[in-house]
Amino acid sequence: MAFNYDKYLRVNKMPTLWCWGCGDGVILKATIRAIEKMGWDMNDVCVVSGIGCSGRFSSYIDCNTVHTTHGRTVAYATGIKLANPDKHVIVVAGDGDGLAIGGNHTIHGCRRNIDLNFILINNFIYGLTNSQTSPTTPQGMWSVTMKQGNIDPTFNASGLAMGAGASFVARESMIDPKKLEKILVKAFSHKGFSFVEVLSNCHINLGRKNKMANAMENLAWIDSITVPVRKFDALSEEEKAQKLPTGVLRQVEQPEYCDLYDRVIEAAQGKGAKITRADFDNKI
Amino acid sequence: MAREVISTGNELSSMAAIDAGARFFSGYPITPSSEVMHVASDLMPKVGGKFIQMEDEIAGICAAIGASASGVKSYTATSGPGISLKAEQIGLAFIAEIPLVIVNVMRGGPSTGLPTRVSQADIGQAQYPTHGDYASITLCAGSLSECYTETVRGFNLAEKYMTPVFVLLDETIGHMHGKAILPDLEEIEASIVNREVFEGDPADYKPYDVPMNKPAVLNPMFQGYKYHVTGLHHGAEGFPTEDAEQCEFNIERLVGKINTIHLENGGLDDLPDYEEVDLDDAEVCIIAYGSIALGAYEAVKKLRSEGIKAGLLRPIMLWPSPVKKLEEIGERFKDKILVTELNMGQYSKEVERVIKRNDFTTLLKANGRPIAPAEMVAKVKEMM
Repeated sequence: MAFNYDKYLRVNKMPTLWCWGCGDGVILKATIRAIEKMGWDMNDVCVVSGIGCSGRFSSYIDCNTVHTTHGRTVAYATGIKLANPDKHVIVVAGDGDGLAIGGNHTIHGCRRNIDLNFILINNFIYGLTNSQTSPTTPQGMWSVTMKQGNIDPTFNASGLAMGAGASFVARESMIDPKKLEKILVKAFSHKGFSFVEVLSNCHINLGRKNKMANAMENLAWIDSITVPVRKFDALSEEEKAQKLPTGVLRQVEQPEYCDLYDRVIEAAQGKGAKITRADFDNKI
Repeated sequence: MAREVISTGNELSSMAAIDAGARFFSGYPITPSSEVMHVASDLMPKVGGKFIQMEDEIAGICAAIGASASGVKSYTATSGPGISLKAEQIGLAFIAEIPLVIVNVMRGGPSTGLPTRVSQADIGQAQYPTHGDYASITLCAGSLSECYTETVRGFNLAEKYMTPVFVLLDETIGHMHGKAILPDLEEIEASIVNREVFEGDPADYKPYDVPMNKPAVLNPMFQGYKYHVTGLHHGAEGFPTEDAEQCEFNIERLVGKINTIHLENGGLDDLPDYEEVDLDDAEVCIIAYGSIALGAYEAVKKLRSEGIKAGLLRPIMLWPSPVKKLEEIGERFKDKILVTELNMGQYSKEVERVIKRNDFTTLLKANGRPIAPAEMVAKVKEMM
């Protein structure tokens, strides 16, 4: 039987505002399928989005949805999650939203290890505002603000998340939606901050002057720069520099913030011991 | 039975928040407001609430708005530079109609300014903290007791009108340590206002489907009423729209639900918007608020002991301003009005706007120092 997406969508808000062939719709569908796999009741799910094409994600999915300001998704979601620790909070942001204007909240969300599910849609460009350089626009590519070729060095988004201490980090493209769905299920199942970088196309605003003006060309480029992490590890340093590994890049168990705060409550109410260095194995 | 406590203004403000039902605080350290946060960090876990110190001022308010949008009464505290950073998010709370209390303990500005010194120069910022059109509710504590009672009131107004509310303290009153007389806890509990909720069929729920000058009805999240909250202009169901009529209605309603209602009802609640001291037989009226009013009480006494019948009008709700009372004062005292404040005339401009004259006297200071009663006395004598 065909998968019933309508159950999870605000069908009366269709069609979406996304361009024909945009990866955002594929990511939305994979997210919905992962939610179904998790067996979550949509009343218990909150989707928080920011500004950019990805910002509209929250309009289309039928749960508790908050469309916030540019870059602040993780901060808003932190409040929602901490106030409602037993609910499921999914954050969706783009590369400009989550890595430029909202970079500080992204790294601190990772550090804090609060149980948010962060989907960072990386299409390597500012799409909604028409082709400005983003923190992930490859050097040498054209952008409307770098017509002679982009000179700005890039963030490795997943690398940044790992460096900031996220306990689950994965990268996948939306080319294979089944793979993406599986990664999202792993992320949603993980207790703690999960960071999933989803590589996606913007043939309209990245592709138009970078020789990939249709979706398939843009996807072919994404395919050419990605390699599953187990194969990546076998590459030479020179080859590695030209590829982004996909799959689960890091998964560790770390105390989750809401759980730790429960211990603060217990200690403050005299029902539990104060938290000490030993609780964290004296880690520095 | 009233309660007597020895505390500071900042601490009393946070104690009041807990008593008013707040169960979430998020913020970022800043002088001179940090003690509001310290008390929140102590008290929140004790009552099963949540406290979190965020990575910056912006995140400090985002988390509080998020928690409040989910249905938990929330607050944050900061000072002028923090409000500047939070400005965009305050706009989201205005347009999405998310209740929130923002405590601002005022210090000298602009920019880093005078971090440890008193000022009242953020009252204009409280009126228009962010871009766009909206109406702000701003309360200003004039005593230690009011740091408590006006914070409670702030939560009640936020929930009643579904809007962010500013509670302004200043460095003097925030750090003042002394005795405060507080209402009995049962009295506070009986006064608590909780946001309206829709209890019908979720299929019929439209959070923003409300008439002109009425606030939105935002149910708590996760209770079966799935809806959309956005900072974009939105229609009755909360989804983005650019429809001209709808956008016009939205803005008129955002402004009208505060300003029009305040004018029509003579206030936003049953509590006083101002205090009058010795005005009945007065021949000169001092207008002062916040910690400066403490000096004005002394000035009135001193002037009266010297045979000059002085009185005081002390605004408590700064925005919307007590228009009728200011008009009456303007009419009655003519040019025998002294507006004294710790800025370059931010409230004086409001007095001028309301009474439509500028023949009154001002005593202004913006160097981080308070205004002494003797300075007020001398100024009044010059006027007489």
